[in-house]
Amino acid sequence: MSDTITNILLVGVGGQGILLASEVLSETFMQAGYDVKKSEIHGMSQRGGSVVSHVRYGREVHSPIIPEGEGDILFGFEILETYRSLPLLKKGGTVIANDLRIPPPSVLLGQETYPDDLPGKIAALFPDSLLVDGQKLATEAGNVRAANTVLLGAVSKRLDIPDECWIKALEKMVPPKALKVNHAAFQLGRSL
Amino acid sequence: MKEILSGNEAIARGAFEAGVKVASAYPGTPSTEILETIVNYKEIDASWAPNEKVAVEVAIGASFGGGRAIACMKHVGVNVAADPLFTLSYTGVGGGFVLVVADDPEMHSSQDEQDSRNYAKFAKVPMLEPADSQECKDFTRIAFELSEQFDAPVMLRSCTRISHGKSIVELAEPVTGLPTPKLVKNPSKLVMLPGNAKIRHPFVEERLVKLAEYGASATLNRVEMRDTEIGIITAGVSYQYVREVLPTASVLKLGMVHPLPMALIKEFAAKVKKLYVVEELDPFIEEQVKAAGIAVIGKEIISRCGELTPGRLRKAFGLPDASQTTVEKLPGRPPNMCPGCPHRGVFYSLSQLKAYVTGDIGCYTLGFMPPLNAMDTCVCMGASISSASGIVRVLSPEEKKKVVAVIGDSTFLHTGINSLMEMAYNQSPATVVILDNRITAMTGRQDNPASGWTLSGGETNAVDLVQLCKAVGIRHVRVVDPLNLEETRAALNEEMERPEPSVIITNRPCVLVKREGVFNKGLLLSVDQDHCTGCKACLKIGCPAIEWQPAPDGKKGKAYIDPLLCNGCDVCRQLCKFNAIGSAK
Repeated sequence: MSDTITNILLVGVGGQGILLASEVLSETFMQAGYDVKKSEIHGMSQRGGSVVSHVRYGREVHSPIIPEGEGDILFGFEILETYRSLPLLKKGGTVIANDLRIPPPSVLLGQETYPDDLPGKIAALFPDSLLVDGQKLATEAGNVRAANTVLLGAVSKRLDIPDECWIKALEKMVPPKALKVNHAAFQLGRSL
Repeated sequence: MKEILSGNEAIARGAFEAGVKVASAYPGTPSTEILETIVNYKEIDASWAPNEKVAVEVAIGASFGGGRAIACMKHVGVNVAADPLFTLSYTGVGGGFVLVVADDPEMHSSQDEQDSRNYAKFAKVPMLEPADSQECKDFTRIAFELSEQFDAPVMLRSCTRISHGKSIVELAEPVTGLPTPKLVKNPSKLVMLPGNAKIRHPFVEERLVKLAEYGASATLNRVEMRDTEIGIITAGVSYQYVREVLPTASVLKLGMVHPLPMALIKEFAAKVKKLYVVEELDPFIEEQVKAAGIAVIGKEIISRCGELTPGRLRKAFGLPDASQTTVEKLPGRPPNMCPGCPHRGVFYSLSQLKAYVTGDIGCYTLGFMPPLNAMDTCVCMGASISSASGIVRVLSPEEKKKVVAVIGDSTFLHTGINSLMEMAYNQSPATVVILDNRITAMTGRQDNPASGWTLSGGETNAVDLVQLCKAVGIRHVRVVDPLNLEETRAALNEEMERPEPSVIITNRPCVLVKREGVFNKGLLLSVDQDHCTGCKACLKIGCPAIEWQPAPDGKKGKAYIDPLLCNGCDVCRQLCKFNAIGSAK
């Protein structure tokens, strides 16, 4: 095992299921025998605010927060939050995000506009980016609510972790009745 | 066995392994999940208290009875609990007593970023500070042993990054063979009359000396010698940042941050060329090291404000940052009240009535945010009512009428009830609104004495807020439906005009309450695009489900209701003068 630490940032809007996704990632990395640290803020930020979760794994992880500009993968649940978090990612890092638009309060009120062409801007800054319509893909996999799992599948393909660790973690973290559709969504994500 | 646990979950596990009998707390970010996890260990009697002072006193009782006991709170909770803590320092304990405090540097979810280490020094009690989840578990267990060994309450200090961070923990079996709790009379130790307290104070002072000696040899405090050019004294999460950013530096990692093991610090200082203290918030370690005559650099390079991050630590040591992509200024995404939140209509009405609103701590503090802009003060738990009572004493009769205190059910029972007693006792003519949403919502929906349920999910007595307000002497108490704007506004208007203290209680539950039959979703609403004139009246309540959709080619935009978000509260429909909002087809 090398001393390299892999840094994954999960970003989106409070209530989108970021916490659960980061738990699945952490569990997977532990299953694979790595040291893992994960950090995020609960509380105020849950009320529809921006959420950033940090997951790190490697032989030995110290800081629970990913140093600014050292993220390897940005796992985005919403496109404005993904764009906002680009400074956390290292140059040449990977972006895997749901091209979903959730307007923040000032946009809802008509005081500001939701920025244009964020997918284009992201792809220009980070050529290694995969931006997908998570809801559409999840519907194909069997349930619109499994969008996060589709993206998780896509993230999993970029990481050198044995398949069985992902499956084991999903089985542990996902409620039994939702397992089948999440399996399908995960596999669909891996094929992207 | 290994598990990934948050710091809070690990503290709960540590309490279980330490054989804790009683756990009590009032919810507060970032400490809340400790009790929510502890309650899963059936061996532990875990419960919510109405406030942190009561939680500490419940734990004190259990300790005096010979059982190990834990009380948990956020940093500002210790302000409320300070009274019993300081005297418990004198009486000492029966069964081990641990007070867990979770600080919130950076104020992710708090009104200040006070450094709780000062409390340990102030109350003259030992404090341990874990640096990851494994230490959260281990230190909790050690804290109970120290508490009994030194006859002292022990504080365990966490912070947001430790409490809400997860890392791998090796679990252990719980201790066995602890003494069975029983009544033991020892009034000269436990009745703190001046005569007895005078005997205990020297004991407290000697205890600190012994604890410092213990700290110099304990494995809790650890020297890691590497390159001797730089030596760093650090503790808690700061240790992790030091290891990340300065991997070759020698480190004295303190597990016990009070009292400091000065002998060990001197020894370490002598081995390194340049000595630093890396700590968040106050120069707590630094000042004591400097007072001991040791040259050290600390707050000269590290801010007293906010939390540390690897980036901030790099900057402090003049190290280069990783190059970063920059993006333009973007629309912010502050937290907001949920769609259908019963507080929204109250704040809209207060804003329409141009009330001066003394606010309090909870989700409803978000009434401050635009477009509601309906909160003028917010100090601490319970202060809405008492500060309203105070402010009316300096105002003209016309301005007095504008003052309205707004407080949630849980906050009201926390400390607001004392304030209301004062208001009734001294007949302050302000209006109080109790936003009773049947839950402690902000911290993630915890039950409280008015909800009718306990932490362990059992049904229990629910405080009758109307009778309670009447019992303290408020003659005018009324209940309104906050989703009915006309009723709410009329009630507010009437009570604000009344030159007497009065209370309005709103009766709609939090939309996030999952318990069956408590919150019932209303009929989904939608905007009839043919009738919408684009007047924006419905936007004035700031509901996340209502979106302004600008029209292309200079025409007037229209409002749109997101069917996935709407909870059917009906408040926006009442604002629409053009009947454009109705039940979705």
